[in-house]
Parts: sequence; structure tokens; C-alpha cells
Amino acid sequence: MTALATPEKTRARGVAPTAGLRRPRRYGRALLYVALLLGAIPTILPFVWLVRSALMTDTQMFVAPPEWIPDPFQWSNFGEALTAQPFGLYLLNTVIIAVVCVIGTVFTCSVAAFSFARLRWKGRNVVFALLLTGVMLPYAVTIIPTFVMWQELGAIDTFVPLTVPAWFAGAGGGVFNVFLLRQFFLTIPFELDEAAYIDGASPWRVYWTVVMPLSRPAIVVVTIFTFIGTWNDFLGPLLYLQDESKYTLSLGLASFQSVFITQWGYLMAASAAVIAPIVALFFFLQRYFIEGVTLTGIKN
Amino acid sequence: MRRFEARWGVLMALPAILGFVIFTVGPMIASFFFSLTDWQVGGQPSFVGLDNYTALADDALFWKSLSATTYYTLGAVPLTLLVSFAVAMLLNQKVRGLALWRTIFYLPTLVPAIANVVLWIWIFNPDFGLLNSLLRQAGLPTSQWVYSEEMAVPSLIIMSTWGFGNTMVIFLAGLQGVPRHLYEAVSIDGGGPWRRFWHVTLPMMTPTIFYNLVVGVVGTFQVFTQAYVMTEGGPNQATLFYVYYIFRKAFTESEMGYASALAWVLFMIIMVVTFLMFRNARRWVYYEMAGAR
Repeated sequence: MTALATPEKTRARGVAPTAGLRRPRRYGRALLYVALLLGAIPTILPFVWLVRSALMTDTQMFVAPPEWIPDPFQWSNFGEALTAQPFGLYLLNTVIIAVVCVIGTVFTCSVAAFSFARLRWKGRNVVFALLLTGVMLPYAVTIIPTFVMWQELGAIDTFVPLTVPAWFAGAGGGVFNVFLLRQFFLTIPFELDEAAYIDGASPWRVYWTVVMPLSRPAIVVVTIFTFIGTWNDFLGPLLYLQDESKYTLSLGLASFQSVFITQWGYLMAASAAVIAPIVALFFFLQRYFIEGVTLTGIKN
Repeated sequence: MRRFEARWGVLMALPAILGFVIFTVGPMIASFFFSLTDWQVGGQPSFVGLDNYTALADDALFWKSLSATTYYTLGAVPLTLLVSFAVAMLLNQKVRGLALWRTIFYLPTLVPAIANVVLWIWIFNPDFGLLNSLLRQAGLPTSQWVYSEEMAVPSLIIMSTWGFGNTMVIFLAGLQGVPRHLYEAVSIDGGGPWRRFWHVTLPMMTPTIFYNLVVGVVGTFQVFTQAYVMTEGGPNQATLFYVYYIFRKAFTESEMGYASALAWVLFMIIMVVTFLMFRNARRWVYYEMAGAR
């Protein structure tokens, strides 16, 4: 981040800092923050709009020019919206699906990544290259046959189609996790494995006691992104879940929206409630988020 | 080398390999065979050869969906790249409170697609929505946004640009990886900020730009949720995005054969476009480490 600033600094020092040279630099700094603010305001505004609408009465919402501070604060919007449909149940369903997917993805992807990174077997590299082609595949090509398959297996309206693929290394786009973990595993010294093998350890033991404990950052990244991906998934639940008692938060919010189509206070309250957990998670794990996104970009 | 190593190797890779066969290769092949049939759900598929594909050429909605999706992609991808690159450049200066700024710009990407849609329906509301309220206060002309045929796609482009945070973080990481000595070299030669940007930053960033471009194009070409929840493809099919059209054919009209043909055409389009982008990349993407890779 200092890449740009440093050369300028050294130059300024060499030229002798006169007042004339300093002032434009200060203007430059001010300009920089003005530009950032100009970008930040439209980014934040929709959130402000969301929160203020979630806390307003309908009468206050429909005035022109718009008011920004709710008066009174209509906290009951949250209570009424979240009890109008069983959002607690949706939350539970979402958490169940997300947790099962995270465990499955982390386990099967890390095991495969271990095999591709640290075990030698014939055809390994070819198989790995083949798997990677799955990352670029448009999901639309596979949804119809996959749907038909689950229908034949009688798995419609269960969590099976939403969770089982995760236990096969995420399937499809999830292969990216294998790639990410493999890259990370390759950075761990191979001498550790050798030492363990000499002590008579099995590859499983090396995976579990040597490689995994050293790979926590990569595991956290895969966990976060799988969790978010499952939490936010809409098409999957839309295709496979029918009974309202099995809805996820996303699907629940969509059906809520179609019922309370113009009840903006309720709609915003429900949306805010669906967004809040993810945002909270982000604030706790911020470093890993940014690291994770960065990792996905750089490794390509 | 060791025999047990090979056995364990295959065993541990097995879930991934099976997943690839069951959930990727299998469905792809099946999808191709479906596309050669006339198949209503509940009935028996009957083989029709390439009829579905030839029917596509006369399907006005197919062309409509193709042009709507292309329009959306051509708008959303460059705009997102531009905005996220600009903001990343700003954040790459010595900014105080970097973590806070980064958080602000990243936040929109966390919003679940469906909550995003619900929020933006309200923002686009012509009477009391955020956008028109602000425009009216500023004395500017208002718009019908997603409710008008002309503005529907541009509206969705604006909405998608709001989520530029992911792209921005990748750009930021790229910018921080540009070797400092290159900037110093330009400065020593008397080059100013513009030169530094043009002769160092931009060339060094081309691989990152290329990555974001490919991911962006492939991603936006498969836009679905907005069309499904927000506009239902309207008004007057203006936002009939391709994947939404596939969904409608397959799961509303239950024409599985025709929908599969649509899906395969999408697959081929994406492959061709990706291939062209990669081939074209040789001309403008600069890989310093080309030999080392």
C-alpha cells in the first residue's frame, strides 16, 4: 500500500521541502479523501435507506421530500415481519444446511487437496487438471439433469440435493476450494511428512496431525466462503424445496416479498434481519475475508 | 515410490473425482442428450435430432434473451471494473483508516442476492424510492427505473455495480504487489504520477484486470435472481436474461429438451467468449513471470 507514497517522499526530501512544494501535496491529500467520500456515500446510502425504512411507519415513509430519521422508531416492524412468517424456522434450516455443507466441503476438499499436493500416484496431475475444468463450467448446463436425477431418487423437497454435493468436494464450482487448499498445502515443508512416515505414520495421520493444523488460515477461508455461498444461495432452495417448513432464509424472504409486496417497513425489516448475521460475521472475521478474496484473485 | 502412497492418494481424491463424474461430467453429457429430445416433464422423451437447435434460430425470445444478457454484461462488467479499479487506486495511496474504508466498500457484496433485490425494488420505487426522492429534491428529472423498458437493464447494471467490493479487493491486492523499484525508476527519470500510472501501474496490473474481466463476464452472463424476483423478465421482456429464460422453459413450461438445448448453447457461447478473451489477452496482458510459471 506504500508503494506509491514512498518514492514521492524520498523525492520530496531530496528537493528540500519548501512551502510551495508542500501545499499542492496537502491539497492532493484532501482531494484524495474527498474522492473517497464521494465513493463511500453512494455505497453506504442504500444501507441507510434500508435501516431508516425498516424503522418507519408507512405514513412517514410516504412523504415527499423524504425524511431520514424515523419518528417514532417503529421497532415493531421487526417483530411483526419476523413473526408473519416463521423466520426462526428458516434460520434454523439455513444454519443446518450451511453447517452440513461447510463440514462436507472442508473435509472432502482438504482430503483431495492433500492427495493432489503431497501424495504421488499415477495420473494425479491429469486428474487434477480435469477437475479444474469444472470451475469454468456454467452452472446452467448441469441444473436440469441434476434436477431430474434428484427427482428420480425421490429427493425433492429434502435437504439432500442441497447438502450431498458438498460431500463430494463441493462438486462443480466447489472444486476451486481444492485448488486453493492445494496451493496452500504446497507451501508446507515436505520434510515434515517424511519424518512422520519414517515414524510409521499413515498418510491419513500426516494429513490430520501435520498438514491440517498448519493450514488453519486456508481452512478458515474455505469455511467462510462456503458458509456465505450456502447462506446466500437462492436457486438451489428454489428448485428443491417446496414445503414452507423447509424454506431457507433466502427462499423465505422471497416468499415474504411476494406476500407483503408493498409493505415496505416489513420488507426492509425482514431484509435487514437476513443481512445482519452475515455482516456481523464479517466484522468478526474481517481479516480472513479480505485474505480469502485476495487469495482467489492472486492465485490465478 | 511407496505403494501405500498411491492407494491412499486415490482413496483421498475419490470424493472429488466421484463428485466431478456425478455432478459435472454426467449431467453435462445427459444435458446434451436431453437437448436432442422433445421432453415434457411427466412424459417420455422422444428423439428429435437437432430440431431444438434449429427451433432456437426462429425463437424471438431466445434472441431477445441473448441481446438482453449481452447488453447487461457489456454494461455491468466494464463499469464494475472501472469503479473498482478507481477506488482501489485511491485506497492504494497512503490512506488513513484503510480497514474502515475497505470495509465500507466491501459491505454491499455481503448482502444476500435476494435481500439485495428486495432492497433495490424499494430504492427504484418511482414514487417514494431513494433514487427518485433524491433526484426530485435536486430538481432533476426522475425515472421509472426497472419499471420502464428502456431503463430496466441500466437499472440492474447500477444495482450490480453497487457490489464492486470483491473486484476492488482483488485489484487492491494486485496494486500492493507492484514492485516499488519500478516506481522509483520512473521518478528518477523525472516521471510524474501520470507516467507512473501509465508505464508501471497499468501494465503491471493487466493480469489482474484480465482475471477480473474473465470472472466478471462469465458471472454476469449467468445473472438470474434479479430477473426472477425483481422483474420477471419484464417489462416487455427487456430483462429476459438467458439463465432466467432457461429456468422458465425448464421449470415453468417444463420443456426439458428445449431448455437443455438453450443451456448447451449458453455453454458454447461462454466457451467461445472465454477462448477469444484468452487469445486476445496475448496482445495486452503483461506477464512478467511468464518464464517462471
